[in-house]
Formats: sequence, structure tokens, C-alpha cells
Amino acid sequence: MTVQTERPPSGPADVRKADDGGAGRPKPTAASRAGAFAPYLLLLPACAATVLLLGWPLLKDLLLSFQNLNMAQLIQHVTEWNGIENYEETLTSEQFWRVTLRSILFTAANVVLIMIGGTLIGLLLARLGRRMRFTLLIGLVLAWAMPVVAATTVYQWLFAQRFGVVNWVLDKLGWHSMADYSWTSSQMSTFFVVTVLIVWMSIPFVAINLYAATTTIPNELYEAASLDGAGVWRSFTTVTMPFLRPFLYATTFLEIIWVFKAFVQVYTFNEGGPDRLTEILPVYAYVEGVGNQHYGMGAAIAVLTILILLGLTSYYLRIVLKQEEDEL
Amino acid sequence: MKRSLFGRVWPNATAVVLFIGLVFPVYWMFSTSLKPRGDILAENPVWFPTDITFEHFRTATGADHFWTYVTNSLTVTVLAVVFSLIIALAGSFALARMRFKGRRGFIIGFMLAQMAPWEVMVIAMYMIVRDASMLNSLVPLTLFYMMMILPFTILTLRGFVAAVPKELEESAMVDGCTRVQAFRRVILPLLAPGLMSTSLFGFITAWNEFALVLVLNKDAEAKTLPLWLSSFQTQFGDDWGATMAASSLFAIPILILFVFLQRKAVSGLTAGAVKG
Repeated sequence: MTVQTERPPSGPADVRKADDGGAGRPKPTAASRAGAFAPYLLLLPACAATVLLLGWPLLKDLLLSFQNLNMAQLIQHVTEWNGIENYEETLTSEQFWRVTLRSILFTAANVVLIMIGGTLIGLLLARLGRRMRFTLLIGLVLAWAMPVVAATTVYQWLFAQRFGVVNWVLDKLGWHSMADYSWTSSQMSTFFVVTVLIVWMSIPFVAINLYAATTTIPNELYEAASLDGAGVWRSFTTVTMPFLRPFLYATTFLEIIWVFKAFVQVYTFNEGGPDRLTEILPVYAYVEGVGNQHYGMGAAIAVLTILILLGLTSYYLRIVLKQEEDEL
Repeated sequence: MKRSLFGRVWPNATAVVLFIGLVFPVYWMFSTSLKPRGDILAENPVWFPTDITFEHFRTATGADHFWTYVTNSLTVTVLAVVFSLIIALAGSFALARMRFKGRRGFIIGFMLAQMAPWEVMVIAMYMIVRDASMLNSLVPLTLFYMMMILPFTILTLRGFVAAVPKELEESAMVDGCTRVQAFRRVILPLLAPGLMSTSLFGFITAWNEFALVLVLNKDAEAKTLPLWLSSFQTQFGDDWGATMAASSLFAIPILILFVFLQRKAVSGLTAGAVKG
């Protein structure tokens, strides 16, 4: 009897609990199975899109880089595998290494200018009075917001050979040989304009971020530092810098990524010219691949470019991943 | 703290110089677009336009296919933003509110996806689209733009969803809402500002995209505004007035959005890009 009366209630009781478990009770069996799938179901569209629209092009690029794919093969729709020939040819060509070195130097110069300029402006923002700060912020936001292609056309006009305002100013300042100077005529002058353009566009991000970071430094720390007899410089190095270091790391690496693949500015300003002397890696991959219709070669250059980019930013990725690990 | 006269003057003086340097290109774009031709092609630059003309804007908007490009750009951009918002909303809810195996892996995956070097991958994308016979169509462009902004959208929205107090959702569920209802009635309205700013950044990215459309859409009918703008100057010779008018038309929507978004720009970008 006791056994009989005990058994039936225990069964249905469990079932009932599981039934209303969906309303928020801590996960009994039936509902928890549905609940366990829910996050994956919610993430499914995003993952599918990523695999299809990002993973597939990446894989395709890798596959193409092992193919002999030029105009003829493209028209006839034939796939000719040629092993590592594209890589061999690229890695042994002097041109590739010259472009790589140029890309790295170009990126380094730009990032150094952006970071120094951005940091100084960020610190300046923290020092300004309210009205002046607001004015400077407006200027920064305007420069930041200019769409890349529009900005490039504007710079073409500013640096135009005839009637360009920069040449006029240089002429008036006494540098008369610049009166009709063509900025697109040489490698260095083209890089100069592109660098000015990129630095102008990128400084606002660094400056505004850095300023935002300085506002998070508690004032007590400065007071404590000055009580301890620290001067301006000392409180800068012992209070400000340690606070800003993570921001500086992060923005430096973001800028490296952005400048390294600055295809639009370089390409639209002078199409990598004159004589292909201002091609950086992404432009080189495009001109070789799409322009000269050596698609396989272009794909190989693209793969190598991605590897170089990964190498340049791996340290940052490690930091971010570690940070994320600590947070979750 | 007392500062000397010099100490008070130099930051302001520097700020003024910087302001002029930062704003001048933007100012020059607008002022050139409003100047009569004679003032543009002048031996000495006319710094402040006195005669204002809209002739250059007429030239730019009257150019072949101009309105087609506007429609193309708007279609592609708006659809890409809407699709990515819908997909990201679901994903970010899971990432912000649910505990499950592999959650960290998903987040890291999207962070890596955010850094995808799209400019370098155009050859592969060209081949894929060509094999599908979809060159000169807006469909692949929309899909790829959606993907370009998707990781940023997910990661940023994750922050916004996480910021909505869990208790609100729970109390809604105690009051008899299902989880879906609680999401729709409680979280979604609170997310509106986050959705706004996230989508506007997506809008800016897609509106500006150049490398992919350069490779995929060569037909005059299928181009978007950035592509048109980049070839404008070559097509129109050295008509700088019209070129600057075209640039202004392209930049104005973005400038307006951005100035409004300035504050959110900082927190959004740092939350999304720097910290994931």
C-alpha cells in the first residue's frame, strides 16, 4: 500500500513541474532541451551569413591562389590547378618585396603620425576650456565624417596643379617652383598627399577616443600625485600614461589594420601611379589580379597580404582575446 | 591651478590652428561648389564666395544616371542595414542574455570577422559573383555589405542588450509574458537608441563602400554613388565646381548623421571596435 500510494504521485508531480518549467523555472528536462537549442538557433542566421559571405570568399581566394587563371581560362570557364606556382612567382619577384616593404613603411609612417598627432590633440582637448573644446570637437567630427571618396576628390582639388590652393599658398610663401607643381607626378609627392589625407581622416578617431579615456581618470589620483610632490611631467607619466596605455595599444593596432588596407585613398587619388610606384599591397593585388587579369596571381598576393596583416596584428589579437577571456 | 598668460593662450591658439586645418578641406569643398566658374579658376583663390551659384549642383544632378546611382546607393545601403539589424538582433540577444557552450567562441569569431580585409578579397568575391552570373546586380552587393557591417552590429547590440536590466525582462515574464513577448514589449523599446546609432554606422560603412562595387558593377546602370564620384572628375574634365558639388551631395547625409551621432560615435566605436 505504502509503495502504491507513494509511486503514482511522484511520477505526475515531476511531469507537472517540467510542464510549467518553460515559464522561467530553473531548467527541468523537457524545457531545458528546447532552451539549450535556443541560443544556437538565434545565432544561426548570423553564422550562416558569416560562413557563406565571409568564409566562402576567403576559401575561394585560397583556392584561386593555386590556379592558373588568366583571361583565357576565365572566358572558357576552365579550372587549371598549378600548385604553388603563383606563390613561387610572387615570392621570387622583386616587385612583390618592393611593394611589401613600401606598404610597411607607408603604414608605419602614417600610424606614427596619426598616433602622435591624435594623442597630442586628445591631451589638448582635455586642457581646453568648454567652448574651445566644443569647437575643436566639431572640427574633428567633420574631418572624421567625411566619406573617403569625397575626401579624396577634395584633396585632388586642394592639390590640383592649376588653381589648387596648396600650390598657391606655397608660391606665396616664396617657394615659387611649386606654383604649377603636379603632385601626382612623382612617387614621394603622391605619398605625401595620401599621407596628409589619411592622417587628417584618422586623427579624429584617436584624439576623441583618447580624450574620452582621459575623462575616466579619477581626479583624486592627480591630487594624490601632487601631494606627493609630483610635477606636471611626473604626474603625466605615473597617472595619465598608465591609464591611457590600453587605449593607445588598441587604437594603434586598429590604425595599423586600417592604414595597411587603405585601398580607396591610394587607388582613387592616383591609381597607384605614377608608373605603379605608389602601389601598396591591396592595390597591387587589385592591379595584378583584376587590372592585368592574372586572377590566380592576384589571389596569391591577396593571401600573402592577409598573412602579413595577421602577422602585424597578432600581438593585438592576443591581447584582445585575453581581455575577452577575462571578462566572460 | 594658476597658469601664466602664455600657458593659457597656447592651448587655445593651437586649437584654433587645428580647427582651421581640420575644417578647411570640408569648407573648401562646399565653398567651391557654390562659387561661379570665374571665382574657381582664379589666379588668386577667392576665400569667401560672394556670388553664390547653384549651377554646379545642377550640373552634378543633371549628369547621366545620377538619380539611378542615388537609388542604387540607397537601396543597397538601406537593405544591407535592415537585414544585418534583424540577423544581429537575434544573435546579440543570445550572446548577451544566454549561457551556452561555445559562447566565447562565437564572440571571438565575430571579432575576427570584424577585421576581415574586404579590400583584399575582391578577386575571390568577383569570381563567386561571376560564377553565379550576378555581375552588375545589386543583390550580391547588398549581401556583402550586410556581411561587412554584421559583426560590428552584433557586437555593439550585444552591449546594448546587456545594458537593459535583466529584472525588467523577468518581471514581464512573471506578469505572464513569454520570453518572446518580453523581448518585444520590454527590451525592444529600450533598445531603440542603440538600434538607431548602430544602424547609422552600418549605413555610413555601406554608403562609402568602394572597392567591391568597383570590381563587381561595371555597367553604368549598376554603379553606386562612390564609384560615380571617383570617376566624375575624369569625365567632366577639370570642372572642379561640379566635382565639388557632387562630393558635397555625397557627403552631406553622412556629415549630418555624424554630427548628431558624435557622442554615440565614441562610445559605440570603442565598445564595438576596441573592446569587442
